[in-house]
Amino acid sequence: MVSCHEVLRELSNYIDRDVDPRLRAEIEAHLAQCRRCSMVLDTTRKMLYIVGDDRVFEVPAGFSQRLHAALAKGIGA
Amino acid sequence: MTEVEAVDSHESHLIERIRAGDRGLFHELIRPYERSVYLLAYSVLHSPEDAEEVAQETMLRAFTHLNQLRADVKFKRWLLTIAINEARMRRRKDRKHLYESLDAVQDRAPEGEFMPREIADWRDIPSKALESKELRRAVDRALMRLPPIYHEVFLLRDVQHLSVEETAQTLGLTAAAVKTRMHRARLQMREELSPFFKKRWIDRLPFRKGKNPW
Ligand SMILES: [Zn+2]
Repeated sequence: MVSCHEVLRELSNYIDRDVDPRLRAEIEAHLAQCRRCSMVLDTTRKMLYIVGDDRVFEVPAGFSQRLHAALAKGIGA
Repeated sequence: MTEVEAVDSHESHLIERIRAGDRGLFHELIRPYERSVYLLAYSVLHSPEDAEEVAQETMLRAFTHLNQLRADVKFKRWLLTIAINEARMRRRKDRKHLYESLDAVQDRAPEGEFMPREIADWRDIPSKALESKELRRAVDRALMRLPPIYHEVFLLRDVQHLSVEETAQTLGLTAAAVKTRMHRARLQMREELSPFFKKRWIDRLPFRKGKNPW
């Protein structure tokens, strides 16, 4: 049985499905009975979901227009 | 043809025509990536004004060096490499950032094949919440607290969804270094945002602030 420490060390690889099947099964067995590791996994996934959403990061208003205006001047087209 | 292949083929075609003299098409070529370039520059510089200037410089540099883009390198990755270099050059000029982080990152894990992120059930995050100013500010604050070397990796990998390999190539790191930094960045981001999760969505979970299991 893997420890909490080992589960958390592999958390990121586990989320990316980058652990071998045997370790994956051990982590899953651990998660099934450890609420704290499950909670860390759950909130890490929520965090990733949030930061991966286009609406969360904005570019400044008018950024694109200014960029293309500067570009038009720079490349002459 | 897959969607990715279709985009690549459209891009190669645009690049050919631009090289042949149809300069105006460069606007079209960069449009899908302007946001990525800005956010990457912002991750290095932490200033909207500087990031915007770097985005402009990056695009101009990409235009003047378009002949140097090799056929086996994707335009997006090439563009992001220019952006990160431009942003780092500017940071070096800035006295506040004369220190460059020299964190030694151990090459621990063997290089793994990139697999798409697991799709989980996210329905308990209300769509409206993602548009809230409060959440945006919280994410921004959390990102600003990440050391720059983690910030860059996190931004390319988890915000821009580049693969481990593409992130490594863009930043000039090994895949193992990307994974190590990404892991630390994720744990820190989770930690920084946990009060927010707690308040908003995870009241039912037995999480207590400041009580980490490790
Ligand atoms: Zn545990």
